[in-house]
Amino acid sequence: MTASTTAGCAAPDQAAPLPASLDLEKETVITGVVRDAAGEPVTGAYVRLLDSTDEFTAEVVTSPAGQFRFFAAPGTWRLRALSRHGNGDTVLTARRGINEAIVPVAVD
Amino acid sequence: MSRDTALVSADWAEKNLETPGVVFVEVDEDTSAYDTGHLPGAIKLDWKTDLQDQVRRDFVNKDQFAALLSERGIANDDTVVLYGGNNNWFAAYAYWYFALYGHRKVRLLDGGRKKWELDARPLTTEAVSRPATQYVAQEPDHTIRAFRDEVVAAIGTKNLVDVRSPDEYTGRLLAPAHLPQEQAQRAGHVPTAISVPWSKAANEDGTFKSDQELREIYAAAGLDDSRETIAYCRIGERSSHTWFVLQELLGHRNVQNYDGSWTEYGSLVGVPVALGDEPGKE
Repeated sequence: MTASTTAGCAAPDQAAPLPASLDLEKETVITGVVRDAAGEPVTGAYVRLLDSTDEFTAEVVTSPAGQFRFFAAPGTWRLRALSRHGNGDTVLTARRGINEAIVPVAVD
Repeated sequence: MSRDTALVSADWAEKNLETPGVVFVEVDEDTSAYDTGHLPGAIKLDWKTDLQDQVRRDFVNKDQFAALLSERGIANDDTVVLYGGNNNWFAAYAYWYFALYGHRKVRLLDGGRKKWELDARPLTTEAVSRPATQYVAQEPDHTIRAFRDEVVAAIGTKNLVDVRSPDEYTGRLLAPAHLPQEQAQRAGHVPTAISVPWSKAANEDGTFKSDQELREIYAAAGLDDSRETIAYCRIGERSSHTWFVLQELLGHRNVQNYDGSWTEYGSLVGVPVALGDEPGKE
């Protein structure tokens, strides 16, 4: 799916395959899984992408397999997950192409 | 307007799920969210198919809005409580829409679907139907809606508030980061617009910050209370969130939402565009 005038800002299905039209030479994809303390994927977690100044950039809800995906830009990002199992953070430096991350959550 | 008349808490909502005259309405682009579980008794409005004209890029008109609400069983006297995902972006958009067509008793559920889910409050997949009504909509109130020429004329004269993320404001991104970035329009912002991301107004659970915190945020960003204000984002839903904060929570007057927003402005030929962190000159 490409973003268009008619497309909203709501998140697409987080488990869907990457669109074939996506140009990974240009896009910086940040994808991964939210896992609880036992290492199990957390579905329905809210994952927030925060920029290098900690400002909110986007938020998605994880798929049944705990997956999330963002289309960002190269640089340092913080991923923060909120869930009924607790919250958690991870920081990553993204480059063009696909960047994978695991966000652990635990009861605060 | 104020917090007491514009917002309800999750606790209030849970206690009033069955109160006659209170209608809960979920508004979310992701309609599958409603289908996997919604507030008991809540109906659904689809911002794209129900609230927008299917040919032109515009709203449904007054008669279409009245027909929609009649069919869904919302009466003029009902208290409509809107909620949704994405930190209530689309619920705020619908709130602004109800306000535009003159519905008096409309509220936003503080924290929306996110807080409700994180609190583990009840959700159901039971089908909901309400008896039809004879809803009468008012003429659209254009004092709360800005069109593109008003935005161009506002450069350097009114408060322009760009509520997108800092990377969209500076021109580094063209869309929120959960969407692919391929776009036709130019990147940047309307010259003289200040950057106050919508998210500054919300806590991470999606609830709104306190009035005092909100006043400090906009004052620090340089919003001049004595001037009229136009808020915009990419397609007008995040700026509905900020319109709600400024006009409905803080009681500012003459705040307009520019729903054409950057997908329109950034595609216009011959208008000024500013790049980078600074608002830029006229």
